[in-house]
Amino acid sequence: MTNATSPTRSANTKVMNRFDLTTRLVAKLKHDEAVVGGIGNTNFDLWAAGHRPQNFYMLGSMGLAFPIALGVALAQPTRRVIALEGDGSLLMQLGCLSTIAMLAPANLTLIVMDNGIYQITGAQPTPAATTTDIVAVAQGCGLAQSAWAADEDDFDRLIHDALSATTPRLIAARIDDKPAAGTTPRDPVQIRERFMVGLGVRSAH
Amino acid sequence: MAAAENRPKPQVWHEILHHTLKQHDIKLVTYVPDRVLTTLITSIHADPFFTAFPAAREEEAVGIVSGAWMGGLRGAVLMQTSGFATLANTLASLVLPYQIPLIMVVSERGTLGEFNYGQTLVCRTMRPVLESLAIEHHTATRLDEFEFIVDRSIRQAVATQAPVALILSPLLTGGKVFAA
Repeated sequence: MTNATSPTRSANTKVMNRFDLTTRLVAKLKHDEAVVGGIGNTNFDLWAAGHRPQNFYMLGSMGLAFPIALGVALAQPTRRVIALEGDGSLLMQLGCLSTIAMLAPANLTLIVMDNGIYQITGAQPTPAATTTDIVAVAQGCGLAQSAWAADEDDFDRLIHDALSATTPRLIAARIDDKPAAGTTPRDPVQIRERFMVGLGVRSAH
Repeated sequence: MAAAENRPKPQVWHEILHHTLKQHDIKLVTYVPDRVLTTLITSIHADPFFTAFPAAREEEAVGIVSGAWMGGLRGAVLMQTSGFATLANTLASLVLPYQIPLIMVVSERGTLGEFNYGQTLVCRTMRPVLESLAIEHHTATRLDEFEFIVDRSIRQAVATQAPVALILSPLLTGGKVFAA
C-alpha cells in the first residue's frame, strides 16, 4: 500500500500484460466457464486469446461487465462465471461490488485489468489512478477474499483458487498500456446468440 | 397455471403485477426502491418463487437482468421515473442491439400533483427517450386493463426479443402521497 509513485497499488505488484494474463486465464478453463469481456480492450484480448462459445463481448454500456456476469451467475449457479473489466469501467459502476457482495454468488470471479488510464479513448488517467486501491474498495464492499496479483505466477494461483471458491472475489492486476492483441467482430446479435448456445440455453441451428 | 386460474382474481395493481410476472416465469426481480412500489417489492420478497434484491443503480439492474436472460433466467427491473432517466446508454448499447427482452416497470413520478420540480422535468424526458429508441411502452392508468397490458407486454417482449416499459401512472397506483 506504500509506493512513492502509486500509493494505491502494492509496491511489490508487477506490471503485467493484459493479453498474457487473459491467455493464462483461458488456458485454465476446462469446464465451459462463462467469461464476460468488458467494453474495449478486455473483450478484444479475450477474443484474441481464442474464441469460446461461452464468451460474451460487450459493445458499449461501460461498467456493466460485472452486473452482466452476476446475472449469468445467478441464472446458472453450477457454472463458473468470470468477468473481465478495466479499472476505468469499474469506476463507472462501483455500486455493483456491493450488490455482488450482498448476494455472494459462489460461482462468480471478478478480474480487473488496472493500468490507471482510459486506454481506448486516448490514455487519459482515471480519477483512481493515484488515489484509489481497487482491491481495498472491493474488500470494503464486502468481497473479503479480493487480492492484487503480485506477478504472473500469483495470478495463476489466484485464478486456480477462484475456480473452486465458495465466495465471490475480485482479482486485480496491474497491467501495461500495450494495445489489445486483436479486435472482436462487432455483431451484437451473433455475439449474444452464440453465447446462449454456449451456455446451453439455446440449441445451435 | 391451473392453480393460478383457480385463485380469486386480484383486485389490486401490485397483486396483478405479482401474479402476472409469476405466470410468465419471471423469477428474478431487481429494483432501485420507490415508495409507490413498496407493497409490490415486499410481496415479491415474501414469495419464495422470486429471487429479489436491490441493485445500487438502474443500469446495473439492467445489466444483471440481461445476463440472467442470456443464462436462461427471466427477470424484470423495477424503478421510478428518475431511475429510467439514467438508462439511455444501456438501452442503446446493450438491450437493443443484443435484442434482450427487458421488462421495465416504471413507477411514474413528476406528474399529477408533483411537488418536486426536478421530478417533473425528469418525467418529461421519459417518453421522448422511449420514442427515440422505438421502445414499446404502455402507461397503465386503469385496473380493469392492467392485467391485459402486463400479460401482453411481457408476451410480446419475449416473443420479439425487445424491451418494454410498463409505466405505472398515479391514476393506477394512487402515486406518492404528498404533503398538503
